[in-house]
Amino acid sequence: MAFDKKHILGLGELSAEEIKIILDTAESMKEISTRDVKKVPTLKGRTVVNLFFEPSTRTRSSFEIAEKRLSADVLNFSASQSSVVKGESLVDTARNFEAMGASIMVIRHGMSGAPFVLAREITASVINAGDGSHEHPSQALIDIFTIREKKGRIEGLNVLIVGDILNSRVARSNIFGLRKLGANVRIVGPATIVPEYFSEMGAEIFYSLEHAIENVDVVIMLRVQSERKTLEYFPSLREYSGLYGLTREKLRLAKKDVIVMHPGPINRGVELTSEIADDPDAVILEQVANGIAVRMAMIYLVALGESL
Amino acid sequence: METKKKIQPIEDRAESFFSGIIDDIPPERLSSLIVIGIKTRGEYLGKRLVERISERTGKDVTFGTIDITLYRDDFENRKNWPRLRRTSIPNDVQGKNIILVDDVLYTGRTVRAAINSIMDYGRPASVKLAVLVDRGGRELPVQPDYAGISIETLDDEMVNVYLEEVDGREEIEITRKNGV
Amino acid sequence: MGVLIKNGRVIDPSQSLDMVSDIYVQGDRVKEISKRIDTPRKSDTVIDASGQVVAPGLVDIHVHLREPGYEHKETIKTGCLAAAAGGFTSIVCMPNTNPINDNASVTEYILLKARTEGVVNVFPIGAITKGEKGEELADIGEMCEAGCVAISDDGMPVTDSGLMRKAMEYVRPFGIPVITHAEDIGLSAGGVMNEGFVSTELGLRGIPAASEEVGVVRDIILCELTGTPLHICHVSTKGSVRLVRAAKKRGAKVTAEATPHHFTLTDKEVYGYKTDSKMNPPLRTQEDVDAILEGIADGTIDVIATDHAPHSQDEKNVEFDLAPFGIVGLETALSLSLELVEKGIITLDEMIKKLTVVPSEIVGIERGTLAPGSIADLVVFDPGMSRTINPEEFFSKSRNTPFSGWELKGVVSNTIVSGKVVFSSN
Repeated sequence: MAFDKKHILGLGELSAEEIKIILDTAESMKEISTRDVKKVPTLKGRTVVNLFFEPSTRTRSSFEIAEKRLSADVLNFSASQSSVVKGESLVDTARNFEAMGASIMVIRHGMSGAPFVLAREITASVINAGDGSHEHPSQALIDIFTIREKKGRIEGLNVLIVGDILNSRVARSNIFGLRKLGANVRIVGPATIVPEYFSEMGAEIFYSLEHAIENVDVVIMLRVQSERKTLEYFPSLREYSGLYGLTREKLRLAKKDVIVMHPGPINRGVELTSEIADDPDAVILEQVANGIAVRMAMIYLVALGESL
Repeated sequence: METKKKIQPIEDRAESFFSGIIDDIPPERLSSLIVIGIKTRGEYLGKRLVERISERTGKDVTFGTIDITLYRDDFENRKNWPRLRRTSIPNDVQGKNIILVDDVLYTGRTVRAAINSIMDYGRPASVKLAVLVDRGGRELPVQPDYAGISIETLDDEMVNVYLEEVDGREEIEITRKNGV
Repeated sequence: MGVLIKNGRVIDPSQSLDMVSDIYVQGDRVKEISKRIDTPRKSDTVIDASGQVVAPGLVDIHVHLREPGYEHKETIKTGCLAAAAGGFTSIVCMPNTNPINDNASVTEYILLKARTEGVVNVFPIGAITKGEKGEELADIGEMCEAGCVAISDDGMPVTDSGLMRKAMEYVRPFGIPVITHAEDIGLSAGGVMNEGFVSTELGLRGIPAASEEVGVVRDIILCELTGTPLHICHVSTKGSVRLVRAAKKRGAKVTAEATPHHFTLTDKEVYGYKTDSKMNPPLRTQEDVDAILEGIADGTIDVIATDHAPHSQDEKNVEFDLAPFGIVGLETALSLSLELVEKGIITLDEMIKKLTVVPSEIVGIERGTLAPGSIADLVVFDPGMSRTINPEEFFSKSRNTPFSGWELKGVVSNTIVSGKVVFSSN
């Protein structure tokens, strides 16, 4: 089976087979970063636009490096310096870049579904780099790629996601992807941000971290996003970190070879204690390195599907 | 209508092809030699070459494989590109002598892509090209240093090499699509 | 000058009439209904309604005409044309224009425009509070005198219960109802679709069913306290149906409407972030749809109304969060209502009743009947003929419908207002 998607809008839209193709392609891409010349000529003469309507230095840099390693010409657009301020619509902004010859658009947007609007309205390929509380497919693919690398498989693993599930696009993408590949997904957090509806998505719901962490192979810590108004859902950061912060003692309840992941940036002392963040079990920096390979794979694959 | 011609068995041809290559390698170069097979079938021919070298000289030669997909020059035809596979070239090609191995040499475009790819790992001292079948029809100025068989073919003919490791049989097949 | 409609199946629930007969309109009045009427004069228009239904012109008590202020979405002229094409002869328009219809001069402007440019009857609804701000009462008495048939802050519920009570008490002597858009703003804050599994998957903020139900409960209680007739707009949840049913059992002066989209679609329509599926109240779940159908069948839901809410394509073609709430409905409502008959939820007679005489009674207008001597507002439609919904063919200025491409039955052939044919399919 080939990958014949023109866009990557979310893991909810992809089949297990398509997700595996991205992961396998990312493995091949990872080798490129070990070379003397970390660049292949594949997308020479193609233009990729990074449309960032929400600030994110990490994700944007990672996409930009990935694009450059594939030899694409890269244009960066961020909302602060943009015509959005002048009231130009999302679609008009994108059409402008299309007129400049962009054939792939990577979009980060604060509102759920914005990449879907673009995919409907423009002819370029669209990659979702995070939309509102909906999906963050590249981050979840990085998490899954890293887990597969460490554990050799996804199927049958117990993966726990901790924190603000309701407002987290990383959580949604991970639940979609991990479930499709056969992992058991648990979620834990305050009841206000772990709605029951997630059980219909195939996740097992917990409210106590001590119970949830028992026997898990992987812990994914979500960032407490104060900018996303997480704070209205629980009384204080102190109370949150007491209940849901990951400590050495709590981690002992997981499997011996548990790995700890965090999409970054970390609020040390809130989601994780520093000793865990810097622990060899934590694969946080490997996630960053794998990010480039996974994003190269995503761009490469939509470039192949772009003529569809 | 399809017509098929078969050349078999190919063992003898392959063996004399390998011997010819090994005879040509100065013994002092063995330590700086890297054999690189172009995926898919060049990989297996390359592996066989490495084995023969080891049998004849007792020396283990470095081996790598290359997937040239990311270096292709036919982006407009990308719908038909194969799935990307891993390239594995030891990262010290600098100053090394490389023998690039493939099954069939036709337009020369694959070899061009492979050479570009190798250059991204460093600057080798030399690159030689070994192909089991040279079927002519070049579109780029590329010539093999070693060829097991040279045959004349037409543009509408396809030349396929089948190897035990991949295909479970050993033969060269020439297929003509619109055969009269 | 008269109109003779021959051989149609005349259905008029106001007279318990359902038989194939001829109907003769003279001037602006219904003159006669009987088995066979021969053309009395040469100048008369004759309509052959064989195989078609002849009914009182449909009455929609929930329409947004957008004029004054938002003429790029709809004007009184285009809204009336859309109504006529959909078989509606009377439309009751909400006050959330710009300026808001919160004083007699806006009411008079709307009525003047409607008289000069509109092909159907337009009955305005006045605002409950000035500027629909929920702070002080609008000029209710003056608007009533100018021609408003009800008051409502549709789209912006009056959050202050004390003020809502005062409005209901104040309006009672004027004899017009209060129409409520029931919603607890605190519960629905920031929400853009139904809160449920779909909103969870899509990462969109949900509007819980409770937000509507808390509003419904409050307004029913105030209705019982004040004795003022209360009409509840666009009931969308199972809980609201239950609350209205119980209130009616107690004898409260409560009526309720459901829209075709709420009795036809679920929140699954939102998948793909389709903004033509964004409205308030939002599309709910199948369980809610089933409860509404039950309410329509047992009479809990009195009226079918469209909540016709035109928005331009530029406004809708944006991020889901930014798109305005609302869809157009005038040109699809009859066909979608006929689905209820097809599915056996209600009879054709009951359907027509919920689209004619009952809404007329709720807002106290003398429409919705074919009784001889009454104003000749009629619709002639073929209930069995199929059509494909094509928004490009809409008379409305806007095309924001989730029903594009649907194959539905029910084609309006003639719409007659005060004895004049204002829409004809040929």
